[in-house]
Amino acid sequence: MSTAGANIAMQSPIAETARQPLLSVRGVKTYYGNIIALKGVDMDVHEGEIVTLIGANGAGKSTLMMTIFGNPRAREGTITYAGKDITQVPTHEIAQMSIAQSPEGRRIFPRMTVFENLQMGASINNFAHFDEDLERVCTLFPRLKERLQQRGGTLSGGEQQMLAIARALMSRPKLLLLDEPSLGLAPLIVKQIFDIIKELNEKDGMTIFLVEQNAYHALKLAHRGYVMVTGNITMSGTGKELLADPQVRAAYLEGGHH
Amino acid sequence: MEIFVQQLINGLTLGSIYGLIAIGYTMVFGIIGMVNFAHGDVFMVSAFIALIFFVILTTWLGISSALVALLIVLVLAMALTSLWGWTVERIAYRPLRGSFRLAPLISAIGVSIFLSNFVQVVQGARNKPTPPMVGEVIVLFQGESGYNVAISYKQIIIMVFTAVLLSIFWYLVQKTSLGRAQRACEQDRKMASLLGINVDRTISLTFVIGAALAAVAGTMYLLYYGVVSFSDGFVPGVKAFTAAVLGGIGSLPGAVLGGLIIGLIETFWSAYFSIEYKDVAAFSILAIVLIFMPSGILGRPEVEKV
Repeated sequence: MSTAGANIAMQSPIAETARQPLLSVRGVKTYYGNIIALKGVDMDVHEGEIVTLIGANGAGKSTLMMTIFGNPRAREGTITYAGKDITQVPTHEIAQMSIAQSPEGRRIFPRMTVFENLQMGASINNFAHFDEDLERVCTLFPRLKERLQQRGGTLSGGEQQMLAIARALMSRPKLLLLDEPSLGLAPLIVKQIFDIIKELNEKDGMTIFLVEQNAYHALKLAHRGYVMVTGNITMSGTGKELLADPQVRAAYLEGGHH
Repeated sequence: MEIFVQQLINGLTLGSIYGLIAIGYTMVFGIIGMVNFAHGDVFMVSAFIALIFFVILTTWLGISSALVALLIVLVLAMALTSLWGWTVERIAYRPLRGSFRLAPLISAIGVSIFLSNFVQVVQGARNKPTPPMVGEVIVLFQGESGYNVAISYKQIIIMVFTAVLLSIFWYLVQKTSLGRAQRACEQDRKMASLLGINVDRTISLTFVIGAALAAVAGTMYLLYYGVVSFSDGFVPGVKAFTAAVLGGIGSLPGAVLGGLIIGLIETFWSAYFSIEYKDVAAFSILAIVLIFMPSGILGRPEVEKV
């Protein structure tokens, strides 16, 4: 027994570092005032993965995404990013650690031009490779290129979504958090956006954490997925497993539940 | 006609001073949605700082060129007043952020009372005059009735300084990343922090810029009237706030425009009607404009696309 224990003790640190996730959420509880929104969430995102979180409206998906950025702050539990405990780090410092987010509601700056919005995204890494990155997001989203001098508030919903993603890409993040990139968009544009997410992951090796209500697309795209119900993670598995799971199918894929 | 031109010059001079103060109100309101009632008193403090340095420079150090003295005074007043603005935000407003909406407002009224009483105690309650600075006038033309239309050097200096500093300020806000961060916080504080902007620092910066521009106004006010007293923060402060509301609170060009309009209404009313009712006239125009344009002249309507 004791030799076995020693063996584990010697092996585990090596095994741990090799498999240490890029982002790890452990036992996180978040409250809005006295109302509990996240009831102890555990979740991992490994480098190079696309991980999706699906769930109904009000399940706490967006809250988890914002909690990762410390706004609102987790009242219990820990959030680790790239080996660092970021649970208590100020939001703007987390943003400087090469994590970018396209948040719920897009939140583009309405009275800034598209170009200025992109500059805002690039200011995190002090405009290193600005021209190059601008070129790249313009290739990904040709619509934005036509509208660079237009105010953000005058864009259509789909264009605003593209801008929000493009802005997040301007800092060349290691980890990209996308909150409902397909919300309210025409099916053709949804497909485009999912293609772009796939390309970012495969070509640039970007790690992506995707929150979606559009469960079918998200699970098809993702390596792994989590299902959230009223503040708890109730299921996890590979995208394929979850797609085939009868419970997931019943709740998120078939019938007119939502 | 002669009177009209003369009053136009006077009105624009006064209006530039109001406009400079109004920017401080409008910027702070834009970023934290609070009316900084202490801003008028920060303006008054800046006029005293300018007065003290002006006396030191001219009588003690013997600098005879008024323009050189003025430049030095302006820089010092801007620097020290910024420090006041920064301190006020740090002590009186930041600890209250996130509490109920009226708390910082009440705190601002407290700061306003504190500042005017502090100056009254340390400087005395009487009007403080400056040694005459720039006295010359240029006669532009003489009317038939023998009425001289004149512009004084003071007025030229005030308008030129205002124009130059406003251009610098405009460039700072529109073209630099500092200004972009400021505008980002004004439009969406939460998103700005998600993009790595230190929101607290940006809010401090807003107070510093507002105070610096109030210091320009304070120095110009001192130059124009040649006297300042501890209670001089109130009326110009209220007028500048009115200007900011008239122009559309939150809008920077609106603040300047509103300042000029209030300045012009006041001087024209004094010239053609009765001087006692000049404030009534200014505030009546405000009321009328707000009935027809509730968000001010250049203010944006509340609707925004989601």
